[in-house]
Amino acid sequence: MNDNIYLPHLVTIEKITQEAPGVKTFRLKFKDEETAKNFEFKAGQFGEYSAFGEGECTFCIASSPTRKGYIECTFREAGKVTSALAKLEEGQTMGFRGPFGNTFPLDEWKGKNLVFIAGGIALPPMRCVIWNVLDTRENFNNISILYGAKSVADLVYKHELKEWEERSDVNLVTTVDPGGETPDWKGEIGFVPSVLEKMNPSPKNTIAIVCGPPVMIKFTFPVLDKLGFQPENIYTTLENRMKCGVGKCGRCNVGSQYVCKDGPVFSRVQLEALPAEY
Amino acid sequence: MEKKHISQDSLKVWLNKMGNDGQRIFAPVSKGDKTDFKYITSADEISLDHIQTTQSAKAVAFPRTEKLFSFEKNKGDVQLTDFDAESVPYTVVFGIHPCDAAGFRPLSGIFNWDTKDKPFNAHIDRTTLISMSCTQCDDYCFCTSVNGSPGNTEGSDILLTPITDGYLVEIVTEKGKNLVDKYIDLFGADPNINKDDFLAKLPVKFNLEELNTKISHMFESEVWKQQSERCIGCGACAFVCPTCACFDIQEDTKGNSGNRLRCWDSCGFSLFTIHTSGHNPREIQSQRWRQRLLHKFSYMPERLSVRGCTGCGRCSRACPVDMNLSEHLTGIAEL
Amino acid sequence: MSELINKVKELFDKEAIDLFIGYEEGSRRPRPFFAKNATDATKLVFDDRCQGNLAVYLTRKDLVRGKRVGISASYYALKSISQLFNENQLNKDLLTIIGIGSDGNLSVFEGQEQIKAYLKETPPPAKPEDDELVSKINAMSPAERWEFWTDELSKCFKCYACRAACPMCYCTKCIVEVNRPQWIQPWASTLGNMEWQINRVMHMAGRCSDCGSCGTACPLGIPIHLLTHKMKESVLANFGGDDERGNVLSTFKPEDQESFIL
Repeated sequence: MNDNIYLPHLVTIEKITQEAPGVKTFRLKFKDEETAKNFEFKAGQFGEYSAFGEGECTFCIASSPTRKGYIECTFREAGKVTSALAKLEEGQTMGFRGPFGNTFPLDEWKGKNLVFIAGGIALPPMRCVIWNVLDTRENFNNISILYGAKSVADLVYKHELKEWEERSDVNLVTTVDPGGETPDWKGEIGFVPSVLEKMNPSPKNTIAIVCGPPVMIKFTFPVLDKLGFQPENIYTTLENRMKCGVGKCGRCNVGSQYVCKDGPVFSRVQLEALPAEY
Repeated sequence: MEKKHISQDSLKVWLNKMGNDGQRIFAPVSKGDKTDFKYITSADEISLDHIQTTQSAKAVAFPRTEKLFSFEKNKGDVQLTDFDAESVPYTVVFGIHPCDAAGFRPLSGIFNWDTKDKPFNAHIDRTTLISMSCTQCDDYCFCTSVNGSPGNTEGSDILLTPITDGYLVEIVTEKGKNLVDKYIDLFGADPNINKDDFLAKLPVKFNLEELNTKISHMFESEVWKQQSERCIGCGACAFVCPTCACFDIQEDTKGNSGNRLRCWDSCGFSLFTIHTSGHNPREIQSQRWRQRLLHKFSYMPERLSVRGCTGCGRCSRACPVDMNLSEHLTGIAEL
Repeated sequence: MSELINKVKELFDKEAIDLFIGYEEGSRRPRPFFAKNATDATKLVFDDRCQGNLAVYLTRKDLVRGKRVGISASYYALKSISQLFNENQLNKDLLTIIGIGSDGNLSVFEGQEQIKAYLKETPPPAKPEDDELVSKINAMSPAERWEFWTDELSKCFKCYACRAACPMCYCTKCIVEVNRPQWIQPWASTLGNMEWQINRVMHMAGRCSDCGSCGTACPLGIPIHLLTHKMKESVLANFGGDDERGNVLSTFKPEDQESFIL
């Protein structure tokens, strides 16, 4: 173990999946055997990923802690570092620091129904929880997933969506924005909040987990209110610009709370106590 | 606390001897109308006439640019070389004022809450602070309003106070004692004086209790907008501050190898918090000014049990548009 | 002083402006001040002690957007305002400009043409200290000059006070913040600091009013305003004075020599 929190673990890119235009998933393996054996994380945590020579960027760990031996991240090419990462090939080396941040309280959710509501590139943080929950399926009651993207092409994890769709113990609803559909599209057409309203999940003994762009979250919360979900049963993740990941560089705080340490997972009760600075 | 005396001449000898014995000496040196900390080779370079150096001495533990580790790429593979704590030189910071010595505690709070920051600690562990009490102050100083004082020993390893003949030496820590004991012949007995007689007199400017009570509930206040109108959004206040620790992480690359660097950054910069998407949680200057003050006077006390301000007044002196901090804090305390 | 105060009060009383940008007494010298009404206006001051260039606030959207703004402008602020007009950054219908000459006389300007006429017939205030320093540097050998600037710029910690104080630095994303590609090292180091200052000065070519606010703003006292001051001379010598041909930085002729590029 190294004691320099800024020194990344070296990881090998074992597998690259092109999820959607500009969106890739990397499966990463720790080079150091000791680290590979001992590395642990929980659903909701994130990491800092290095493209050496260009820098670091922040994404959640998109794989489930129940799947041992590797971690995965899914990212969209947007800035300097993600573009550099996207150029890397299978077998090459990159860096990983983490896991950082808090986690979804899966223990508290035992025996409950779960409704996952995700939009666009925000499925990755949720995919981690979804697989965690599905791999320990006996702990939970009904599981529903609502996932929306701009267009059919923009849907990520297409193979897994198919897998979830085929499972009898998961209720998957996918939707694309109007105009984003293809001729053979069989899912819903419409924005996430309105499709959620149509889905009409019961708030009884149910936790709603919402991840998506700010505008989606803004319009989804009122629908959940209308459906009768209490704020303490709604969870989301915040994203703020980060550099260090460990509460020092000064960027990600919302009021006195640091997204990198106190988050990224916040219940809606916690969220409402925060100033609007995210 | 153990007290001793050292003469003007012996002080110079002491500093030069420590330098010869391998300590790096970081001390105030004046040039033109500015005085700033520099690594010196002789005690003769030191200037002690200033009220306040332009910058604080924080760079000794938190340099403006620091290598966190280095990397070398080779056909898709990567080799890393960690930050080498052993290569950090032993350093004496001489002539900092009590407000600067006190500033290392909030800095340490930031760098050590939860996770420990190796580079920062490597520097701090090998640094001894020999401070100098203030015999003069100016209208920007306000240490006495934030629980400090011109002769405060907090944070120092050794505190010197200029007296009629030489200096009163207060040995505050074990680290300080080691540096005195090693050169014990240079020191005389406790001069037995009333230290306060030699210190600057600085009236309290605002009621700290009032400020503490009010500021934590002021996120939505109009005051931030009013106070920050003239702020032009540079980083001068943050960079001269003894407790500001915001940083950026950057890559210095040449060909296949390079260093990952940490460099000073400021919450006052407009792009500090901007997301790749273009969304910016602190879009306008008033939000950034609010962050600066709330971080120092509300968030840090709440999370780290230490205030992010020692009343040195540097931010006010450095500001191109006279954002006078004690005036703004007085305004808040009196709201 | 009372003349300025009365004039501004009158503007507020007539409801001709919503905001007046001027100076008020500050800690040691006057500081920028934003008067919102006739009562505020009584605090206005304007004299030799006033530093900086108030035109810097005219592009601050959070302060001036949608407002009818008045401003007290020194010779240099007038120059900057004229240049901001050239660059389409100002709306003349929303701006009331009170120029204050070195003799303390007020003149109200209606739009850019009047400012230009004033600037044409008014010589810039003398800068004996700067001229002396520039001639000292001019007399240095290249090696001495390199040493001088290396010493000065090694101190720079990239707080960008020079940029923030400059009315011409109104870009929302500065070249130093562009990272694809990373033109300039964003951290402080002697060479990177030089890159930054060279870029800053080049971007000022033909635009700089020579007000010197960049140097005044520098908390470390680095005389960076000498760079723009000298650049101003070079532009004048090589390209002539202000005329209608546009900015040195943003105009070119196909037959321009590019010998410096190789």
